[in-house]
Amino acid sequence: MVNPNRSNKQWESPMNVPLFQGELVRLIAPEPQLAAGLHTRWMRDSEFVRLLDTDPARLLSVDKNKEWYEKNLVEEQKNDELFLLIQTLEEDRTIGLIGLDGIRWTHGDAWVGIGLGEREYLGKGFGTDAMRILLRYAFEELNLHRLSLSVFEYNPRAIRSYEKVGFIVEGSARQFLNRDGQRYDMIFMGILREEWEKR
Amino acid sequence: MEWNIPLFEGQLIYLASIKPDKDAEIESRWTHDAGYQRLLGTDLVRPLSPAQIRKIYTEIEKEIDEKGNQFYFTIRRLPHVMNAESSGNGAGDLLGFIRLDRIEWSQGVGSVSLGIGESIERGKGYGSDALRLLLRYAFGELNLFRLAAVVPEYNQAALRLFEKAGFKVEARQREALHRAGSRWDIIRLGLLREEWEMR
Repeated sequence: MVNPNRSNKQWESPMNVPLFQGELVRLIAPEPQLAAGLHTRWMRDSEFVRLLDTDPARLLSVDKNKEWYEKNLVEEQKNDELFLLIQTLEEDRTIGLIGLDGIRWTHGDAWVGIGLGEREYLGKGFGTDAMRILLRYAFEELNLHRLSLSVFEYNPRAIRSYEKVGFIVEGSARQFLNRDGQRYDMIFMGILREEWEKR
Repeated sequence: MEWNIPLFEGQLIYLASIKPDKDAEIESRWTHDAGYQRLLGTDLVRPLSPAQIRKIYTEIEKEIDEKGNQFYFTIRRLPHVMNAESSGNGAGDLLGFIRLDRIEWSQGVGSVSLGIGESIERGKGYGSDALRLLLRYAFGELNLFRLAAVVPEYNQAALRLFEKAGFKVEARQREALHRAGSRWDIIRLGLLREEWEMR
């Protein structure tokens, strides 16, 4: 029976939204050989490493990185993680990585991480575009309630990008980082589904 | 500070290793108390058998060996306190656990969590006593620079415990928990070595 009050919602067209594509980039699944090659090169760039996470910088061989990709993304396909690469629409060039981890399905929360390994693409909206794709995926497909991220005090470019897509600063772990003998805060940011929907 | 004050002995409790067989029985009983598990944090609440608990102990010990980034102690009542307490809870001397994990040696940071499993034993100062020992261990023995603690908004007793020990609220992750039909914040606290030393 047709309900006359029912909205004339088209379910086919939203189903066809290119979920993994934005205006400048698309998100693709990493093929271990390719990803390991890029990763190995990016990890030589200590600025990339120090913006990415809190682990000490170190150098691993392509084979070792490939092993990591094979083990973590192929052999063990974890339900609480997502790891993708960022590729430009124009040149099909793979420029960075993005993903979710620590997805807590019962609470609807997850951590986001992103890094651009190819320097010439920094500050031009590629990362912001990739983040918008990931937010849409997290909220519309995974039905999460909120997303969390941490970013370092000395990375204002990233903070601006996160604020642009709607993340709000929720506090900071004081003096968490020690870089060349100086301490820096780690800033926590978060975005709720309703904040994202209002945009 | 004296260098030879006992590291693992407080006024009411002492810190010890796991005794897998005896402890697993007791801890299994605690996991059947959903309230306890909800106070602890974000993990899925589910009852665990002694066999499952023993497996978790094995995993903890394996991780300690392989990664070297955490310490796990059981909290046990000192004999003179045992004798003074007339109402035995059947648990022997085991009161709970205290854990120092997520240690990042290069940054000098770590994270503390603890639980007093038997509900009638809470609020008697055992947790504070254990936390005092752990702080001294983290700052005085491991030479860490800062510690974090993560507490669900609804666990006011834990919040007070950490604040009394000198921790400061550093961040609130809004609505990061979904429990009992409501959304709750996750509160993140931090304590710097210099703040601990000034006490």
